[in-house]
Amino acid sequence: MYFDSFADFLAMGDHGFFVWSAYGISALLIIGNMLLAWRQQGRVRAELARRARREARDGTTVSGSSDESGS
Amino acid sequence: MWKTIKRWYHQLGSPVYFYRFSSAVLPWLLPISLVVLAVGLAWGLAWAPVERYQGDSYRIIYIHVPASSGALMGYIAMGVAGLVALVWRMKMAEVMLKALAPFGAVLAAVSLVTGALWGKPTWGTYWQWDARMTSMLILLFLYLGIIALQSAIRDPRQAARAASLLAMVGVINVVIVKYSVEWLQTLHQGSTLKVIGESSIDDAMKWPLLISMLGLWLLYAANVLMRARTEVLNRERRAGWVRKLVNRP
Repeated sequence: MYFDSFADFLAMGDHGFFVWSAYGISALLIIGNMLLAWRQQGRVRAELARRARREARDGTTVSGSSDESGS
Repeated sequence: MWKTIKRWYHQLGSPVYFYRFSSAVLPWLLPISLVVLAVGLAWGLAWAPVERYQGDSYRIIYIHVPASSGALMGYIAMGVAGLVALVWRMKMAEVMLKALAPFGAVLAAVSLVTGALWGKPTWGTYWQWDARMTSMLILLFLYLGIIALQSAIRDPRQAARAASLLAMVGVINVVIVKYSVEWLQTLHQGSTLKVIGESSIDDAMKWPLLISMLGLWLLYAANVLMRARTEVLNRERRAGWVRKLVNRP
């Protein structure tokens, strides 16, 4: 460890405000975006599952068009 | 060699194959990227030696440089995806174009914010309209423009066509960001970390920086895979394999 004490580490040689706010804002933006991507994935899957259950219950299947598969 | 590349192109170009591939990769990629990033940042923040002229505020580079380089690389990848989407009409390229934008915008914003917070104690100012900083701000706007374009046009294929054009044209700006510190008089210093040739940064600072960089890039990759999977499911919702997938409890 480079610093002598934990207080020293937090102080960052009098630049603590700049260092920690830089890392704090970065963490907020990055973690926020990761969570957003995660939630979106869950939401789409849940929506598709709901739709599939509804179709199974009603006994109607909207036929899939073949042109939508493949690259 | 050529055959292998061709097979990859077709396999990863297929939404089903991509979905299966990403299902296998993501559970590893996400935790590994977080661990690598945590090691790099902790090393840089607590163990790396202090910089003689800047003091401890220099430790901001351990997030600033990885974020900046990630934003630039992400934009180049979008430009390539745009080219492939426009010329070969490959669906997965359109998906990638959309998946790359949000985290790229976040990294560009992180680069600007951390740069400003480093500039204040070091240069005495949060911001200056020099070539490097202005072109980085334009990069953020290009990312936001691509996100806006894609959400403004309803038809995903048409949206992808418009976004492809913007992504390809915007690559010029990446070149400007990269070389602005060498061609023009800027407040921002030149690069100390070099791919080719000797870096002018000390090893004790270089290694934590390289590790943080790798960690953040891997995290970007994980974010892109997650977003691309969502987009694939959304687009292929009528395809048989998606129906089978969502019917499984």
